[in-house]
Amino acid sequence: MATIIRKELADYFTSIRIFILFLLVFLASAAGLYAAYQGIRGVEAGTTGFVFLKLFTTSGGVIPSLVTFIALFVPIIGIALGFDAINSERSGGTLSRIMSQPVYRDNVINAKFLAGIVTLSIMTLVTILIVSGYGLRMIGVPPTQEEIIRLFLYLVITIIFGAFWMGLAILFSVLFRRIATSLLSSLALWLFFGFFYVNLIVPAVAKTTEAYLLLQRFSPNTLFQEATTVLLLPQWRGAGILTAGEEVAYMLLNPLSLGQSMLIIWPQLTSLISLTIICFAVSYVLFMRQEIRAT
Amino acid sequence: MDSKIVVETKELTKKYDGVTVVDHLNLHVREKEIFGLLGPNGAGKTTTILMLLGLTEPASGSAQIFGYNPTREPLKVKRLAGYLPENVGFYNNLTARENLMFIAELNDISRTEANRKIDELLGMVGIGEVADSAVGKFSRGMKQRLGIADVLIKNPKIAFLDEPTAGLDPEGINQIIDLIASLPKIGTTVVLSSHQLYQVQRVCNSIGILSKGKTVVEGSLDQLSRETLAGGNYRIEVETTQPSPQLIETINKVPGVNGVQSKDNMLIISADSDLRAEIAKVVVQSNVPLIQMNIQKFSLDDIYMKYFKEG
Repeated sequence: MATIIRKELADYFTSIRIFILFLLVFLASAAGLYAAYQGIRGVEAGTTGFVFLKLFTTSGGVIPSLVTFIALFVPIIGIALGFDAINSERSGGTLSRIMSQPVYRDNVINAKFLAGIVTLSIMTLVTILIVSGYGLRMIGVPPTQEEIIRLFLYLVITIIFGAFWMGLAILFSVLFRRIATSLLSSLALWLFFGFFYVNLIVPAVAKTTEAYLLLQRFSPNTLFQEATTVLLLPQWRGAGILTAGEEVAYMLLNPLSLGQSMLIIWPQLTSLISLTIICFAVSYVLFMRQEIRAT
Repeated sequence: MDSKIVVETKELTKKYDGVTVVDHLNLHVREKEIFGLLGPNGAGKTTTILMLLGLTEPASGSAQIFGYNPTREPLKVKRLAGYLPENVGFYNNLTARENLMFIAELNDISRTEANRKIDELLGMVGIGEVADSAVGKFSRGMKQRLGIADVLIKNPKIAFLDEPTAGLDPEGINQIIDLIASLPKIGTTVVLSSHQLYQVQRVCNSIGILSKGKTVVEGSLDQLSRETLAGGNYRIEVETTQPSPQLIETINKVPGVNGVQSKDNMLIISADSDLRAEIAKVVVQSNVPLIQMNIQKFSLDDIYMKYFKEG
């Protein structure tokens, strides 16, 4: 299996696709940094602390914050890494050739998934490190220990979020024979959850705040957004049912400890992980049952 | 033949969505022979090969390759067997060498050994000079050759070649066929699926003809051609101006002649051996002008057509 992973990684890193994605990531980091540069002076750092995290969450006027950029691009990266994983091998006639070698069938799909996660991790890590590095030069305030841990957790959640979209794209690549179909269906679902569902359908359907939140949380994008907001804005208590009422107004805006932040986002985190696992498991099972025909 | 049987199927059956594609198939392939799997399109040749490799599961029945059951022990079978799919594909962004190296690594062949082997094989199939160019630029024929090299890199004890000559020019076909013919010498048994009868006849020792998933006929080529032609292995056509019944009778008396049929001015004689000299003699002695004469060895076409008329 190591051989297949190595080949997949080599494929990813020599393709034009990855070059474009990296370009996209760099542009997003630059834009996010610029936003932080514009906006960070207006932030009252003294009240809450966590100045370093502000680099990621501050938006500068029209330019959205880095976190928004990442939430936008990570699904695209995930989809780009997975949408042709299986069906390109099938249409290229290479699948039956590999399958006739002494490898287990699941090695192929496992290796593709793992190689994708490695690529995804490298990209997100690079983004966060670049922003941290330049941000450090810009604001001159080093991150505290807790900020580093929070950033690391943010990195992990981002990778899981990307892995969900990659798993979904791989699922479509197993389901559909045509590469264009699998790409378009992944993108359609991304568009649906990213915009239509969250911004149009749920507000139209939900009558109460509870229903609104419940429906919102069917979207992986909402889950990710809530999780990252709580992690990177320590004073944020999350839009839980408990805090949705009027009593919010009486709360003190003190930052939560890391443990308490984690406690708030635990449901979001487990939901994201389980969604990712479901996507992968379904594509795994389908792939194992599919016929390997050359045509 | 006394060599041992290496591939055996027992009542092998495969259904796709309720349609029986391979129907209680019984085949036997002996070691170091070239076995031709013949049949019209959709006869179940590819499905049979996939089942033998453990790439698809039979609905019922079983198969054995070198004593292994491909459904239960696919990895052991795949270690021994090489497979050239019908539409073989390679990674277009990699070079020929890299493509083969990937397969070699999957088979746990060391890099130095693999490099040596790749050079040897690419030379053998005649694409040694493009070893380091990307496969995306290869023609259909070059890919087919690379496919043969790809099968051989793992030193298979048995090679399944699905339409290995499809899409090749006549010269390429000859080269590939010669290459296939040389495989038993290096210890590789070959199962060749094709509907190009002429090529199969040139290289195969045994054939199995499939139709609608059933074996129509199976056996060694010599034996089959004898059976098909009710004795005779040769067919001699004689054209005269006026074939008389007496002439037919005289020819029938020539030792070795199995039968004479007359059709217009042609006499079609089936015989055990090349009897042209003897027949020419009797024709001339009977005072009948002999216009022309030619001989045909019974070809696989005749066998194929005969069984398809029956089926």
